[in-house]
Amino acid sequence: MAQYLVSVLFDSNDLATDEEMAAIDVFNEQLQANGHWVFAGGLASPDTATVIDGRDGQPVFTDGPYLESKEHVAGFWIIEAPDLDVALRLAAQGSKSCNRRVELRPFLGE
Amino acid sequence: MTDVGELIARTHRAEWARVVATLARRFGDLDIAEEMAAEAFATAVERWPLDGVPPNPGAWLTTTAHRRAIDRIRREARREEKHREALMLSDTPEPLGAIDDDRLRLVFTCCHPALAMETRVALTLRLVGGLTVPEIAHAFLVQETAMGQRITRAKAKIKAARIPYRVPSREDLPARVTGVLAVLYLIFNEGYLASDPGQDAVRGDLTAEAIRLTRLVRALLPADGEVAGLLALMLLTEARRAARVSTSGELVTLGEQDRGAWDRELIAEGHALVRARLATGQAPGRYQILAAINAVHTDARDLRDTDWSQVVALYDQLVRLDPSPIVRLNRAIAVAELDGPEVALAEVDRLPLEGYHAFHATRADLLRRLGRSVQSRAAYDRAIGLAGNTAETAYLIRRRGQLTDLPPTGR
Repeated sequence: MAQYLVSVLFDSNDLATDEEMAAIDVFNEQLQANGHWVFAGGLASPDTATVIDGRDGQPVFTDGPYLESKEHVAGFWIIEAPDLDVALRLAAQGSKSCNRRVELRPFLGE
Repeated sequence: MTDVGELIARTHRAEWARVVATLARRFGDLDIAEEMAAEAFATAVERWPLDGVPPNPGAWLTTTAHRRAIDRIRREARREEKHREALMLSDTPEPLGAIDDDRLRLVFTCCHPALAMETRVALTLRLVGGLTVPEIAHAFLVQETAMGQRITRAKAKIKAARIPYRVPSREDLPARVTGVLAVLYLIFNEGYLASDPGQDAVRGDLTAEAIRLTRLVRALLPADGEVAGLLALMLLTEARRAARVSTSGELVTLGEQDRGAWDRELIAEGHALVRARLATGQAPGRYQILAAINAVHTDARDLRDTDWSQVVALYDQLVRLDPSPIVRLNRAIAVAELDGPEVALAEVDRLPLEGYHAFHATRADLLRRLGRSVQSRAAYDRAIGLAGNTAETAYLIRRRGQLTDLPPTGR
């Protein structure tokens, strides 16, 4: 089994609609029932972000996201799947449920 | 000596994919599979002229590559002081009992939709076709190092993202077969009408390779109608290759081709495939329809003898599957033969294909036939500006030169 990050891509700060939330709930339950669930969550808008550089002495805090981009990550799932074909199918269902594009990326293996 | 050399070349064509595919499954690593297969063939080049050709060359190659792979894994395991995981590609149960061939897994892995199209083409030519990286780089006018990197990155993604080494599940299969056929058709088309002006207009090496790979996929998926359709389409297109470019390097259109120069054997094979598909009574997909259209063309003695109503009927069928402007453009070309250039032009003018050279070339030809030389010339100018293929450009320039009415020069 491998783990994958499914990032939800979105270009506005609008929250999911009630319908979208309901579909996401159904999808989450299905992930849990089929043993694919690891974690999931929605993120607050990018302008609530703070960038921290603690590499050198006193940490430096910067207001705002590290990248200004048209699209940002609005939420994510971490799923478990035996291979990319299964992960792709789940990611497609996830995209449909939240009504947004998603990016699928594998975690580094051991 | 040359006999052995020829035999090694033939064995390479026949056995490369099987050796790579078998190793990939045993060791779960495409890198090892590719490198050890290449080493085994290099050993054959060295040993066979001296020791004689083994009774079963394919088995000898697989065994040799297998031993080398084990040696290398042991060496690496010792160096890393930990045992290397034998299986890194996932090896999940077979979804389709009947279809079980390592080469088929290899084809599906190389043509996986999570890889970029150009990467799928390169991987398929390297791992299934056995072309070298310099050969592939040359075929697509890419630097060797860039092509090498593209293939290396692809193998790394396959491993890290766990692209599975298996035949897709039943629900994914139709879409994935379509994906494989798209890769094969792209290789064929690049050989048949190279898009780059720096290339030979028609390159038999790529078309032959595409046909060879499609034959392999057909042997692995014999019941798939679209695989048969694509093979028939390629054969019926390839049959006209020799007649398609003149000695002066100019594209020769279907109507002007010397039909005596067509390859009768390929045509017979293509026709047999089309007939066999028709006999199934199953609804044809796009490749089968395109093959049927080409069967009508290759059945006719000349342009006038062609059953154009049949061609238009087949295009109507194709438009229902794929209503894209390019399909409708090709349909309009057939309509011109059936209902005349005026009807065809009215259809062509509705298509949103401003940036496509064939759109302007078609308009130019229809306008020429309608005697509207000034507009025809302007359309030829646009087509020549957009065309990439040298033979096609030469043809268009000659046709433009033949227009009778010169536009007012203003002097």
